[in-house]
Amino acid sequence: MKIEQYTPAEERLFYVLLALGGLVSAIGLAAAYYMEHFGHAVTGMTNQVFWGLPHVFGIFLIVAASGVLNVASIGSVFGKKVYKPRAPLSGLLAIIMLAAGLAIIMLDLGRADRVLIAATHVNLTSVFGWNMILYPVFFGLVGLYLWTLMDRRMNAYYKAAGFSAFIWRLVMTTGTGSIFGFVVARQAYQSAILAPMFIIMSFAWGLAVFLLVQRSMYSWNNMVLHPAVRQRLKNLLGTFIAAVLYFVIVYHLTNLYYAKQVAFEHFILVSGGIYPVLFWGGYVLLGTLLPLFLLYHPAIWKKSGAVSVAAALTIVGGLCQLYVFIIGGQAFPLEMFPGMEVTSSFFDGAIGTYVPSLPEILLSVGGLGIGFTLTVVGVRVLRFLPQDDLAMLTDAGYLHD
Amino acid sequence: MSERNQTEQDSGNGGASRRNFIGAVAAAGGLAAIAPGIHLVQVSQARPAGEGASKAVRWGMLIDTTKCASGCNDCVKACATENGINETVKDARQGSQWIRKIDIKEVKTGTTHSLPMMCQHCANPPCVDVCPTGASMKRADGIVLVDRHICIGCRYCMLACPYKARSFVHQALTEQNPEVPRGQGCVESCTFCVHRIDKGQQPACVETCTQAGHNAMLFGDLNDPNSEIARRVAQVTTTQVRADLKLDLGVRYQGI
Amino acid sequence: MPSTFRLAVAVFSAVAALVSSGAVAGESRVPKPAITIENPGKCVAPVDEMRRNHMDMLKHTRDKTMRDGVRGMKTSLNGCIECHASKKTGSVLGSNENFCQSCHAYAAVKLDCWDCHQPKAGYKATGTAPAGHASTAGAKP
Ligand code: SF4
Ligand code: SF4
Repeated sequence: MKIEQYTPAEERLFYVLLALGGLVSAIGLAAAYYMEHFGHAVTGMTNQVFWGLPHVFGIFLIVAASGVLNVASIGSVFGKKVYKPRAPLSGLLAIIMLAAGLAIIMLDLGRADRVLIAATHVNLTSVFGWNMILYPVFFGLVGLYLWTLMDRRMNAYYKAAGFSAFIWRLVMTTGTGSIFGFVVARQAYQSAILAPMFIIMSFAWGLAVFLLVQRSMYSWNNMVLHPAVRQRLKNLLGTFIAAVLYFVIVYHLTNLYYAKQVAFEHFILVSGGIYPVLFWGGYVLLGTLLPLFLLYHPAIWKKSGAVSVAAALTIVGGLCQLYVFIIGGQAFPLEMFPGMEVTSSFFDGAIGTYVPSLPEILLSVGGLGIGFTLTVVGVRVLRFLPQDDLAMLTDAGYLHD
Repeated sequence: MSERNQTEQDSGNGGASRRNFIGAVAAAGGLAAIAPGIHLVQVSQARPAGEGASKAVRWGMLIDTTKCASGCNDCVKACATENGINETVKDARQGSQWIRKIDIKEVKTGTTHSLPMMCQHCANPPCVDVCPTGASMKRADGIVLVDRHICIGCRYCMLACPYKARSFVHQALTEQNPEVPRGQGCVESCTFCVHRIDKGQQPACVETCTQAGHNAMLFGDLNDPNSEIARRVAQVTTTQVRADLKLDLGVRYQGI
Repeated sequence: MPSTFRLAVAVFSAVAALVSSGAVAGESRVPKPAITIENPGKCVAPVDEMRRNHMDMLKHTRDKTMRDGVRGMKTSLNGCIECHASKKTGSVLGSNENFCQSCHAYAAVKLDCWDCHQPKAGYKATGTAPAGHASTAGAKP
């Protein structure tokens, strides 16, 4: 890889970005300390809605981390040339996003000081417990994969490493989906479809993040993505978005007709206040239909920025979707006595409300800041700018004109 | 993990002699139950020092909803006093409730019932299955507890419990009862007053309900065919809430 | 993973041993903890053993009692409090003269017990039950 000197302007930009990311991360850490010190009383979380905004952001990052590796997998596992130069960036982002997501979840623990216990006492019947094994191995495999890509002596093994990372990340996302899928008690979660649904969501969100990062790196370097490459990637994103939509529809239909969770579905889709708004407005309209339109309208997708906007919208839609899924799923009361009206001092039978407090918001955004800072540093130190070799692409038949 | 295995081994070694001993206690308990009235005060003898909880026992509760009046909160108050639940919370939704009264009304018929709801001490507890650290645990005698020493406060067990039986402590506490440690950042739930049971006493809620003359709660060993609770469960129709989940609950209801 | 834990314990005990030997030799610049032993000579084990091993003893009791339901063991945290709570404040915490706090402040070892356990001897807590829902039923949050 050829090393170029950074221009003074690039230097300045790097330090500005670093300072910005560092500040946001520091504020997030301070918020976590504040929550830890005063207890979760300072959050909007309650005994009914006990997983809040940090879980939405944390789980988003963890799921997307696995998906962002997809770009690399398509290159090494499925041998598509156009993705190969993108593999290092994809691997780096995967590691960083997983770290950032875990950081948010860990910092939100009631006893964050005991986080080591999570590693020393592992209950293997717990899906959460498995994840304590799945995550570190993922770090290791992706690290190994990056090594095989970067070090010429190791190049021979990159396919094997890529393949194991690919398999492992499918297992890992299955594990994340199963955190919810195994919860039989709740109307929202007891569904076998959650594991494959989380895998597809990870593809869409991960690619969206990747495209945004790639786009920023290109524009800082005054480069433009080759239109043919751009078209491939945007078609891939469109396919993933459509696939997620398909799974979401199947999930709600099975809930309605097979599991007979009519009351719950009515709550999430029609009557539940913020949740239907986020579902239809946030996920369906902003996060699915609009990006699909931007990506497939024959004139619009070619415009500069259209794909990036679609990717950003996909991320917004994903966050809305997780909010509805995680928070809406808890807000809906547990059904203990079917066919009965229930009241109690503990808000049984009542819809739970949740309004995130400032510390939670800062912690969640702080997690994004951690990811951002690490990316800025990682990209600069490792120089993972995806460079397309045009001659190679032409040979491979990607460039027709 | 190694230390825990160690303790498990320890209890394994002492197992044989303990079982013999428990057999003797159970026989004594059987005799006591024949003399009417005795079991109301003492469920069993206190275990001698050094004895662990026994697998032969399965503690359980039978709640007769026909005797439980809507608006009566005696069991809830008794629980709060016994377990030192006394913190003032700014938001009622963040307060701990180990036991609560639920009023239910059948939508079709309009029939109403009132009942106390608490941890059902499942034989197959989802909270224990999901807990990443093993803090949620089931004792040999069927009591489900949170080991606060290793609870990291992830709240996954709250997601998994079908009965909303668990509370998360949202603030620092100082006014605990010495026998009932509890504190910020951990999850907690009804312990069946494990510290009282180990002394041979009844859970505070049951004792109070009985002393107040309501007699809606009965506590005892479901595994001991001579105990009053086992005989009643064999005689009358009892319900397990959300029986479809097949969790084999320690708390049974009658009259709903 | 357990090896990490054991390593941590080993490092901890080494530090604790260093600190205590320093204290005995009077080499430290930090003033020695001023512990008042309220009931001398009644402890479950000799002072030296208690100084070095009390944490392990407590941990063993803790797991035995909590997880196996063994009661009435020779060592018990509540037993410590009953004997060692200050006659003035009734607690093992609260000032650097009180039993647990004095040493732990000196050794700079975080005390974790009292986040959950009651540090006062013979303490009897009150309870406040949440109001029955008859009054709170309408109070939607
Ligand atoms: S009722 Fe809930 S907290 Fe109690 S044992 Fe069952 S799952 Fe666990
Ligand atoms: S909150 Fe504590 S008891 Fe509940 S699952 Fe997490 S670690 Fe286990």
